[in-house]
Amino acid sequence: MSTRKQEFLAGARNTFPLLLGAFPFGLIYGALAVTSGLSVGAAMAMSAFVFAGSAQFIAVGLVAAHAPVLIIILTTLIVNLRHMLYSATLLPYLKKLPQTWRIPLAFGLTDETFAVAIHRFRKNDSSRFKHWYQFGSSLAMYLNWQLWCFLGLVLGDRIPDASGWGLDVAMPITFIGMLIPFVKNIPTVVCVLTAGAVSLLTLGMPYKLGIIVAAFMGILAGFITEQTGKKIQVEIQV
Amino acid sequence: MTANEWLMILGMMGVTFGIRYFLLALADRIRMPSPVEVSLQYIPPAVLIAITLPAVILPHGEWHFSFTNPYLVAAVIAAGCGLLTKNLLATIACGLAAFFAYQILLSS
Repeated sequence: MSTRKQEFLAGARNTFPLLLGAFPFGLIYGALAVTSGLSVGAAMAMSAFVFAGSAQFIAVGLVAAHAPVLIIILTTLIVNLRHMLYSATLLPYLKKLPQTWRIPLAFGLTDETFAVAIHRFRKNDSSRFKHWYQFGSSLAMYLNWQLWCFLGLVLGDRIPDASGWGLDVAMPITFIGMLIPFVKNIPTVVCVLTAGAVSLLTLGMPYKLGIIVAAFMGILAGFITEQTGKKIQVEIQV
Repeated sequence: MTANEWLMILGMMGVTFGIRYFLLALADRIRMPSPVEVSLQYIPPAVLIAITLPAVILPHGEWHFSFTNPYLVAAVIAAGCGLLTKNLLATIACGLAAFFAYQILLSS
């Protein structure tokens, strides 16, 4: 039987590779924030209170372009919509927890923590403290993110052209690492191929809305493949 | 920090937390129809690929589907490494190393 502490530490430990992936990302965010005209305090406050890497990136870009605050908030909403899919996925596992647990877990629900924690929740054991695993993962992500954003802000104007080094490659590479464990049967392969194709076809959509459309098409394709597979199996058995 | 910056950050925090918390807040009152529940398993791979693929094929906003695109080459190597090792740290390390090595190779 796992204790709270064991779950917490395991969550933090299994998030370690993703901390590495977030580090260049945090550095560039800090560097970009400095050049965007955002104050250091605001850039740090954004990391501390919003805690959403890709939305922060886009926000900093919009600040540099002198976009109105309302547009920045709306863009954040759309870019982060995918997180609602994550909370839907976690719902069956978290619904018995009190709100005092659901609030911090929701605040820390990043792509990375979701990808790590969902594997733990799906594992078939009777641990009652799997939410501590998620908590360990999100706290590790949170502290790591604050640290690298801070260093990015401090070093940002001293490193010439930090954003031109291609450090942004860390994000897709990390996501590929997170993706692979989910691809383990034919319906998920169909899901990935469909979502990937649609993501390229919907690039013209504003505010990265294509991500949401592509995700829904992929989910639908996976579901249909699974149902068709079941039907064929039944027919073979009959 | 200016008032405008506070407004922006509070607004961004509100929408981000709202999106992440909304369903969880109502968790005990939501009953999912079974097709929806079955479909939940496809959410992570679908979202991850939809973010990743455009990021490596159009790293700077323009279509760049070729061997001279280090993002794409590194992604393919990372994927190969991930499928072989099934290890997250190895996948990330491999992809990053491939990216920087390939960039040096291209510029020489």
